[in-house]
Amino acid sequence: MKHFCELYWRLDSTTKTREKVTALRAYFEVAQPKDAIWAIHFLTGSRIKRLVNTRLLREWAIEQANVSAWLFEECYDRVGDLAETISLILPPQENLSAANDEDQNGNEEHALQNLIENQLTPIRDLEPDQQRQRVIELWRQFDQRQRFVLGKLMMGGFRVGVSKRLVIRALAEHTGIEAATITHRLMGQWQPTAEFYSQLVDPDENETAISKPYPFFLANPLKDDPESLGDVTDWIAEWKWDGIRAQLIRRAGETFIWSRGEDLVTDQFPEVANAASQLPDGTVLDGEILGWDEDANRPLEFSQLQRRLGRKKVGKKLLAEVPVVLLAFDLIEHEGEDIREVPLSKRQARLQKVIEALAPVTTEEPNSLFETDADLKPAAVAIRQPPGVSKKAIERWSELAEIHESSKSFRAEGLMLKRRESAYQVGRPVGDWWKWKVEPYTIDAVLIYAQRGHGRRANLYTDYTFAVWKEDQLVPFAKAYSGLTDAEMRQVDKFVRKNTNEKFGPVRSVTPELVFELAFENIQRSTRHKSGIAVRFPRISRWRHDKKPADADKLDTILSMLDAFDD
Amino acid sequence: MPAANNLLTTTPRGLFCEAGNFYVDPWRPVDHALITHAHSDHARWGSKKYLTADTGAEVLRIRMGDKANLSFQPLGRPLTINGVTVTFFPAGHILGSAQIKIEKDGYSVVVSGDYKRNPDATCRPFEPVRCHTFITESTFGLPIYRWPDPQTVFAGINDWWRSNQQSGKTSVLLAYSLGKAQRMLAGVDATIGSIYTHGAVEKLNAGYRAAGVALPKTTRVGDLDAKATDWNQSLIVAPPSAVGGTWAKRFGKLSVAMASGWMQVRGTRRRRAMDRGFILSDHVDWDDLLRTIVETEAEQVWVTHGYSDVVVRHLREQGWDAKVVETEFTGESLEEDAEPA
Ligand SMILES: [Zn+2]
Ligand SMILES: [Zn+2]
Repeated sequence: MKHFCELYWRLDSTTKTREKVTALRAYFEVAQPKDAIWAIHFLTGSRIKRLVNTRLLREWAIEQANVSAWLFEECYDRVGDLAETISLILPPQENLSAANDEDQNGNEEHALQNLIENQLTPIRDLEPDQQRQRVIELWRQFDQRQRFVLGKLMMGGFRVGVSKRLVIRALAEHTGIEAATITHRLMGQWQPTAEFYSQLVDPDENETAISKPYPFFLANPLKDDPESLGDVTDWIAEWKWDGIRAQLIRRAGETFIWSRGEDLVTDQFPEVANAASQLPDGTVLDGEILGWDEDANRPLEFSQLQRRLGRKKVGKKLLAEVPVVLLAFDLIEHEGEDIREVPLSKRQARLQKVIEALAPVTTEEPNSLFETDADLKPAAVAIRQPPGVSKKAIERWSELAEIHESSKSFRAEGLMLKRRESAYQVGRPVGDWWKWKVEPYTIDAVLIYAQRGHGRRANLYTDYTFAVWKEDQLVPFAKAYSGLTDAEMRQVDKFVRKNTNEKFGPVRSVTPELVFELAFENIQRSTRHKSGIAVRFPRISRWRHDKKPADADKLDTILSMLDAFDD
Repeated sequence: MPAANNLLTTTPRGLFCEAGNFYVDPWRPVDHALITHAHSDHARWGSKKYLTADTGAEVLRIRMGDKANLSFQPLGRPLTINGVTVTFFPAGHILGSAQIKIEKDGYSVVVSGDYKRNPDATCRPFEPVRCHTFITESTFGLPIYRWPDPQTVFAGINDWWRSNQQSGKTSVLLAYSLGKAQRMLAGVDATIGSIYTHGAVEKLNAGYRAAGVALPKTTRVGDLDAKATDWNQSLIVAPPSAVGGTWAKRFGKLSVAMASGWMQVRGTRRRRAMDRGFILSDHVDWDDLLRTIVETEAEQVWVTHGYSDVVVRHLREQGWDAKVVETEFTGESLEEDAEPA
C-alpha cells in the first residue's frame, strides 16, 4: 500500500508523460508481482465492486470527525471528492508507523494484495456494524493520503490520471517486451494474480505476433487556406468523422480491432468482428468506427456511440439501438504483405476490391450512402467504404469549400485532405494528410449562474450557466466549463464573489454583466431545456470585454441556426 | 453589557471605534487607522495617520512608503486614545502582526487580524487575550484544514530541493513576498545550496533583517549573471505572479512548488499545475481556531475573512453567541496573484 500510494500521488502530481512513465517504472522495480498485478488492474481501469455503501462511509466519517452533517457537506462542496473529504476530515492517524512497515521486512499486512484480498474484499459480506468497526480500524492505521486511496478502493471508483497505454509503455520499458505484445496479453478477462503477472512479462513474444498493429498515420490540422496545398486534383477528400479511429487485423483466422490508443476493442464491436471473418488472412484495414443510422444513412450522434464504449460485453438491446460500422478508408496490409509504401490511390483501389468481396454491393452507386432512396442502400455489412464527398470529380478548391461547409449536415466534423500519392507513414508527419475541420458555431451569451468547479477547480467558481435574450428576458441556454485561461477564471471568480445576488445550494446567481462568446458543435431541439434547445460541447471561446449584456445574442438567432442543422 | 455593541461597529470604511474616533484595518481612507499587520488587505494606502505595533515598523514602512504618517506602539503597553484603551498583542501571523485589544468602561474587544498558532521563527508567537468580544478571521474555517507539523513540511521542501539538484532542475518556491517567503527562508536548510530571490521578496527581506530576524544569505536574481549562475542547484523564492511570465525563463528546467494552506486540497494543487504543493499556512487551522476562541473566554465572537458563515453556524450549534462581520479582507488568497495577504 505504501508503494502503491506513493505511485498514486506521483502520477497525480504531474501532467508530464515522461514523469508518469518514470514513476510507473520505479514502482514496478520495487513491487512484488502479486502486488504489481493489482496495481496494473486498477491503473488499466478495472475496479473492484464497491465494498461499502457511500452513505454509510459518510455517516461513519461524520461520527469519527465529530462534526455536523451540514458541516461535512460544506467541506465536500469545497473539496469536490467524497474520498478526499473523508480523508481530510477524519482525526489524524494514531499509529504513525503501522502503514509504513510493509513489504520490506516481511511485514505483509499492508501489502496491496493482502490489503485487498484479505482485508478489504471481506468487508463486503459483513453486517453494517462489523463493517463500521473494520473501516474505522483501517482509517486509524493510515495517513491522510493513504486514506484517500483506501477510500477510492472501498468506493470502487478508483481512477488515476494515467492511460492504459502509459502503463503498457512503462511495463514494456521495465521488461524489454514490446508494447504491442503486452497490450495483447492484457486483452479480455484476466485475474490479478502473481501467475498472470509472470505470463504478462514472459519474454517469449512469438505467440502474440499475429495481433500486432501498424503505427497509425495521423493528420495535422490545416491552418492555412486549402489553396496553399497546390493543385486540388492531387488530393483525395474524405469526410472527417467523429468516431473511433481503428485498425482491423485479420491474420491466421483471427480478428483484432485496435483503437488509436492501442486498446484492443474487438469484443466491443462484435458486428464488425463478425463481418471481418469473411476477410482473407493477411488483411489490415484502417478506418473509423461509427454508430450508424441506416434509415437516415448517416452516423448516429457521438453520444450514442459512447454508450457502446468501455464495456466488456455489449448487450443485445444496445447492439440493436446503436449498430456500428467500420468505415474503412485505407488498406495497409494486403495478401499478407505490408503495402504502406504503395500510393494511397492504389491502396484505395485495392481496398475497394477487398470490401466488394465481402458482400456484393446492391447498387451501381456505392458512394452515395446519403441518398435517401432506400433502394440505393448497400447491404448492411458492418465493414464498408465511407460515403464519398462528391459524385463527380472535384476540379476547384471552391467546390470543395462548398462541400466542406455542408459537413455538419452529414454529421462530419469537416474534411480530410490526403495526397493522392502519399505513402502510409508513421505518426504525424507534416505534408500529406490534413484535417480541415469546420469552424464551430458561436454565440454571445451572458453569465447568469456560477458554481464551484470540482476536482482541480474546487475552490473557484468555474462552472457557468449562460443566457441569451428571449424578448426582454435572459433565458439560460448552455453550461460551459472550459475555455478560459487560469487568470481569466480567477477574474471571473472574483466577479462572482462580489456580485452574488442569491445562493441556491452551491449555485450563485450573479448580476448579468459579463458577456462571453460560446462555441459549440451542434444544436438540437429539447423539451427538457427552458430555452427549447440543447447544444453539444459548449465551451467559452473568448471573453467579450467589448460587449454589454444588451449586445448578447437572441434566442431567435440560435433557432435560425437550428434550421440550418435540419437538412 | 455596557458598550458591547457600540465600542466597535462596522461601517462602509471598516471597523470603527466611535468613542476613540479610530478605525481598525480600514479599507477606505480615514483620519486615524490602527493596523494589525502590513498585508495589503489590512494596511491600505490613503489614510492620514497609522498606528501599528513597533515590531512591524520596518515592514509597514516598506509597504506604505516614506510619505505615510506612521506611529508605533510597543507590544503589551496600553495607550489611551480619546478615553479608549488600546493594546497590541502578538498574533503570530507575520513579522509585526498584532491583535488589537480595545477597552472602555470595563468592556473589551480584541481584533485578531490574521493569526496562527503554529511555530514561526520570524515572528512573536500568538498570545491568547481575554476579552468580551473576539473578532476572529476564518480563512481556513473548515474541518478539512488541519496543518501538518511545519518541521515535517520543511523536511519535505529540503528533500524536494535536493532531488531537483540531482535531476538538474531549478527549484522555484512560490510564496507571498511578505511573511511566507521569509518564513520559508528561515525554515529551509541553507547548506543545501545557494538561495536566490525575486526583487519583491528581497525588498522585504531587508525589512526582516533590519528588525533583527535571522535569515540565510540571499541574492536578488536580477543581481546575478544569468549565464554564470548554477540555477539548477539553487532555490529561488518568488511570489506566485513571477512564474508564467518571462522572468522565470532564464532558469532553464524548473520544478515549481507552492507553499500555502490551500495546498491541502488536491483539486487546488492540480489547478495550479504545481510540481509540488507544500501545506504551510500563516493562518489558523480549524482546530486552532476553535481552541483560540475558547482561550479568549469571549462572550461574543465575530467572524470575518473566509468561511465566516460556516464558522458562525458551527459556533452557534456549540452554544456560542456568534455573528458574521462583513469585511473586505481577502485572507491567504490564491485568486490574487499579485501580493495578497
Ligand atoms: Zn488578511
Ligand atoms: Zn495577513
